Amino acid sequence: MNLRFKALTKSIWVFHAACSPCNNCDIEILDLLTPRFDVERLGMILAGSIRHADALLVTGVPNYKTKERLKKLYSQAPKPCVVVAVGSCACGRVMFKDSYNSPCPVDEVVPVDVYIPGCPPKPEAMIAGVAKLIKKLKGK
Amino acid sequence: MENVVEKIEGKFSDKILKSYEKSAVRIYLDFKPEDIPEVAQFVFKDLGCRFIIASGTDTPAGIEILYHFSYDQQGKVISLRTLITDKKNPQMASIAKIIKGAEWIEREIWELLGVNFIGHPDLRHLLLIDDWPAGKYPLRKDQ
Amino acid sequence: MSHKVVIPIGPYHPLQEEPEFFRLYVEGEKVVDIDIVIGYMHRGIEELSEHKHFDQVAFLVERICGICSTSHPFAYVNAMEDLAQIKVPERALYIRTIIAEMERIHSHLLWLGLAGHFIGYNTVWMWAWRYREPVLDCFEIISGNRNHYAMMKVGGVRKDIKDEDIPTLQKALDELTPALDMFKGAVMDDPVIQARLKGVGILTKQQAIDWCVVGPTARASGVNIDVRKDDPYGAYDRVSWNVIIETAGDVFAKTVVRILEMQESVSIIRQCLDKMPKGEIDANIKDIPPGEGIGHVEAPRGECFHYVKSDGTNSPVRHKIRAPSYVNVASNKVAAVGQTISDATITLAAVDPCYCCTERVAVLERDSDRRLMNGWDLIKLSQEKTEKLRLSFRCRT
Repeated sequence: MNLRFKALTKSIWVFHAACSPCNNCDIEILDLLTPRFDVERLGMILAGSIRHADALLVTGVPNYKTKERLKKLYSQAPKPCVVVAVGSCACGRVMFKDSYNSPCPVDEVVPVDVYIPGCPPKPEAMIAGVAKLIKKLKGK
Repeated sequence: MENVVEKIEGKFSDKILKSYEKSAVRIYLDFKPEDIPEVAQFVFKDLGCRFIIASGTDTPAGIEILYHFSYDQQGKVISLRTLITDKKNPQMASIAKIIKGAEWIEREIWELLGVNFIGHPDLRHLLLIDDWPAGKYPLRKDQ
Repeated sequence: MSHKVVIPIGPYHPLQEEPEFFRLYVEGEKVVDIDIVIGYMHRGIEELSEHKHFDQVAFLVERICGICSTSHPFAYVNAMEDLAQIKVPERALYIRTIIAEMERIHSHLLWLGLAGHFIGYNTVWMWAWRYREPVLDCFEIISGNRNHYAMMKVGGVRKDIKDEDIPTLQKALDELTPALDMFKGAVMDDPVIQARLKGVGILTKQQAIDWCVVGPTARASGVNIDVRKDDPYGAYDRVSWNVIIETAGDVFAKTVVRILEMQESVSIIRQCLDKMPKGEIDANIKDIPPGEGIGHVEAPRGECFHYVKSDGTNSPVRHKIRAPSYVNVASNKVAAVGQTISDATITLAAVDPCYCCTERVAVLERDSDRRLMNGWDLIKLSQEKTEKLRLSFRCRT
């Protein structure tokens, strides 16, 4: 396994990109930083800039305003950058798929590596999702 | 306890088209579109009602707009109803200069239903992207 | 405590290219104008509602905002019950009130944590969110989910509160009471917080009325409005509680209002748990006649208003939704102008908007539109100001 992957799997820096969520997934992601779950002990922190990120966490349903930004963000992320779709909206738009303001789901804008469904996914589910991701990457 | 509905009905007795009290706290008063700014000014400034929001609906008869006000002291919601019959080119006088809190909702009704608010200080897109196709109004029933 | 936990980026997720929610125009250190651009969250929910049947709409509107996820369904079912003149069973009214007040507590604690983070009190952030967890656990016990509890139904509630769960709920309230006293003391007595928040982002009473603001934003400016008292719904007129009013209109006043409201919420929940009668929780509504209905509730951020029009079929003809932040955020046009850049984030956050929007901030030079800083820079600036104040007060954290 090369050095970049090793660094990624040891300590994932995540950048959080919200498309147009209801904020519940975002709050649960932030909950991961708080004392009960405290993911910093696992090496995961929120990165301030996409250029420092190993993983892009996407929440919400892309609308016309946010779709282009998501594309730009992904192009700016240094590769390898894994994309994690957090929440049912990011996984498949669910009840918003017929909305006039939603052109497409997240995985038609950026390639998604991990889907964590749930509305919102429990913090434990998110940690489990990231653990599966690391396992998948280590298998490469 | 003062009766604000009676005050409106008294002052605008020649302009009011219909008055419907669904309950003690839900009142609907119908006016012609051109009378709305004067009534809104009276309800907001003189009676001290709070402007909640305006809701526009596409109906077969025209674009119906309801201006919802709240008389908080008595918990009454007073809705001023008006109907714009010209659906090809619907327009309405803006109340944004009278009520600052109405600026955004007029922009929203303009972009989602196509009603032109004459006299609005800043009529531009609020929720949709700036290059949203013209003439495409998401809340119109024929979309 | 000498160790300071620094989280590199706050609870915000700036879509870094052209962040455009708030454009602050500055001359030197002062904000001279502000342009508010929204639409990032617009998912066309009002239009989607017209294609769902009335029972499904409650699930749809829950997802307007995740933080006040019960306020929108509550206002919606109130609108439907106004439309069809439905009488809701007593027990359901009490359960609805308990859920709504628990949501108020969790939402205000969330805001308190974020506000603490903005001004550099990350300990407040961690502690406030730590005390949110037992509240979320209570939601999970009652409804099965920490968020999006799906409790509201036209004519009643979906799930009952079991008698064997009531001691757990009361225990959670007992743990919360000293914590809220601690936050109250920490905020009201800390000279640095007072120096940081008093006189900042003032919204005068007349401005609050002109801009039609609602909720704690209005009550902190002396405007005595609260839907729970003005147009009572649920069980609010069956229990005794106080409306919290402050008059200064600054960020400190808004903070005090929210903390005291949480204490009132604990009292309301206790009274509801004591007084709640046994009985049905659902009026079993089978169809909705044509007509129109209006429902509004006092969400944590202010009045949440729903208007529904029906033509006798299964779906709404029109469903108008107005969240409280719609009017509160617009009032930043007067509250944020005249502030220094370092106070900008806390002023914008003080109305407690749906947080996803607030960090999309850009600071631009007035005449040249040259971008000077983004949301993350502003948060840092705000935290630095607190640090300087702390040193000048010679406090240690």
